[in-house]
Amino acid sequence: MTPLYAFVPSARNRRVWVPVLAGAAAVPLVVRSEYVLNVAVLAGIYIILASSLNVTNGYTGLFSFGHAAFYGIGAYTAALLATRLAAPFWLTFPAAGLAAAAVGSAIAVPTLRLRGIFLALVTIGFQEITFLVTMNWMSLTRGPLGIPRIPPPALPGISFRSNVAYYYLILVLDIAVLFALTRIMTSRIGRTLIAIREDELAAQSCAVPVFRYKVLAFGLATFFAGLAGAFFAHHARFVSADSFRLDETFVILTMLIVGGMGSLVGPVIGAVALVIIPEAFRFFAEYRGVVYGLILIGVILFRPHGIAGVPGIIQPRGAARAPAPPHKPEPALDVASTPESAR
Amino acid sequence: MLVPQLINGLTQGSLYALVAVGFVIIFGTLNLVTFAHGEVYMVAAFVGYFALAVYHLPWPLALLAGMVAGAVLGMATEKLAFRPMRSAGHMPPLLITIGLSVILKDLAVIVWGAENRAVPSIYQQTIQVAGVHVSVLQLVILALACALVGVLRLLLHRTRMGRAMRATAQDHEAAYAMGVNINRVFSVAFALASALGGAAGVLVGIYYNTVYATMGSTAGLKGFAACIFGGLTSIPGAILGGLIIGVVENLTVQFMASGYRDVVAFLVMVAVLIVRPQGLLGKTLRSI
Repeated sequence: MTPLYAFVPSARNRRVWVPVLAGAAAVPLVVRSEYVLNVAVLAGIYIILASSLNVTNGYTGLFSFGHAAFYGIGAYTAALLATRLAAPFWLTFPAAGLAAAAVGSAIAVPTLRLRGIFLALVTIGFQEITFLVTMNWMSLTRGPLGIPRIPPPALPGISFRSNVAYYYLILVLDIAVLFALTRIMTSRIGRTLIAIREDELAAQSCAVPVFRYKVLAFGLATFFAGLAGAFFAHHARFVSADSFRLDETFVILTMLIVGGMGSLVGPVIGAVALVIIPEAFRFFAEYRGVVYGLILIGVILFRPHGIAGVPGIIQPRGAARAPAPPHKPEPALDVASTPESAR
Repeated sequence: MLVPQLINGLTQGSLYALVAVGFVIIFGTLNLVTFAHGEVYMVAAFVGYFALAVYHLPWPLALLAGMVAGAVLGMATEKLAFRPMRSAGHMPPLLITIGLSVILKDLAVIVWGAENRAVPSIYQQTIQVAGVHVSVLQLVILALACALVGVLRLLLHRTRMGRAMRATAQDHEAAYAMGVNINRVFSVAFALASALGGAAGVLVGIYYNTVYATMGSTAGLKGFAACIFGGLTSIPGAILGGLIIGVVENLTVQFMASGYRDVVAFLVMVAVLIVRPQGLLGKTLRSI
């Protein structure tokens, strides 16, 4: 039996994923509660977010802590296009992804010379800058007031009055995104990204344009985050900067780590589990952050590769808990992948 | 108007500097980053608030209480997040401290509420120096910040423990081979760093007359920006970074919209990381 992290839906393992998909499609037939469906839609959004963060943090081993910023850029792009220009959903949706990817790639070019902890910090800085600019750019984003009255998606023949329609829309989007990610990650691109994670120098010596692939990974991750943002905007029908803070990045990151990085099913499991668990303890709603924090700490301490992740991404292999000598300091500047032009 | 803003900036900057120096002590000795430093600062600020407003203690005692609370919390962080992960690289401890900071922040909101608490003010009078009104409180805070950094310097350069810390900062393994108890060094490093962060928290509460449960995140990130300015390993660099960020922030308020005040620190941080990742004074590596 293949390990869970190697799980890629195919004809051979259709006995696993066909029932799961059928079950997911049947949920609205059984469940009539708007509340439960709302939770399910939320889980669907987080599946896209965690899966897209997986492209950088999991497959490529580049730790980004700014995912919520790109989610927000997507949401604001869709919200502004829909309210100011009355653009339809089929236009705002891809536009949001492209806007997030454009910003993501633009950020990636100067920052990807950094690695490890320094990359994490620069993305945290970018996350905060995005939040503060969103709060203060009154003429564009209306600052803390947010953007209300975003129209629901207008698709022919479907009315978005209840969460049933939203549920099926996000289900279709999830399948599309996961299908796309599966195809990308099992292709030459995906194998190259994994090679960069495993040994950058070796990849470079095999004539892999490492820097270009890293930017590509960032572009892909932020593109899908932007798509999730567009769906969020049209579903919540209101966006404000508070939804896209650093805390939101931590939520997405926790889902990815709990589910497991570097695998296709990991983020899906993590997103669904971490949306449902706090809802089950709704009486302790204010303890949500505490629960997330405890889960994150527990997973890092006892199972750093999460439920279905590839071992050794956040923690070097063989360096489990033995009192081995302390690791060598990490070079801040990544000379290996500096673009030719910057040298 | 420029000089008072400059003094405001220096006062604020000296508090950022205290937080930043804490990051440097930790990064300098362990080569790791903690994300819970801002929450240590917040908890200490609340301890200071209770000492001043509820128990009506004099402010030096409140400051001391905050520093002790910070040190204890810092040592607990080290035990939980860093000791089991000694050889696991940068990410696992960072992620554990992220979890810890989320937990502490949410617990603070639950226990102490989300609203601001008023800290009683001290030294409200102002004095006139060369035609400029300066508040006594600002002078006290600046003097305290200088004194704390001076004491830290003495501890690092005049005591056995300080020498052990500097040795560990240079080379963990060599220090260990020479019989330095590096576990204790790490514990002391966290205690020192967190005591300084705690002092900053109490002083911020006194300076702005207010403490609140979410005050830690921004302060932690700004302290971090200041310490990146100095290249993560240089104490003078971190102090300089804190002062520069404090001054530039106040000048931003003066000459631009006040809402963009907080952007400054992060722009500085991102710019320094991209242009000069070793920091402005990063050449003085290991000379903490």
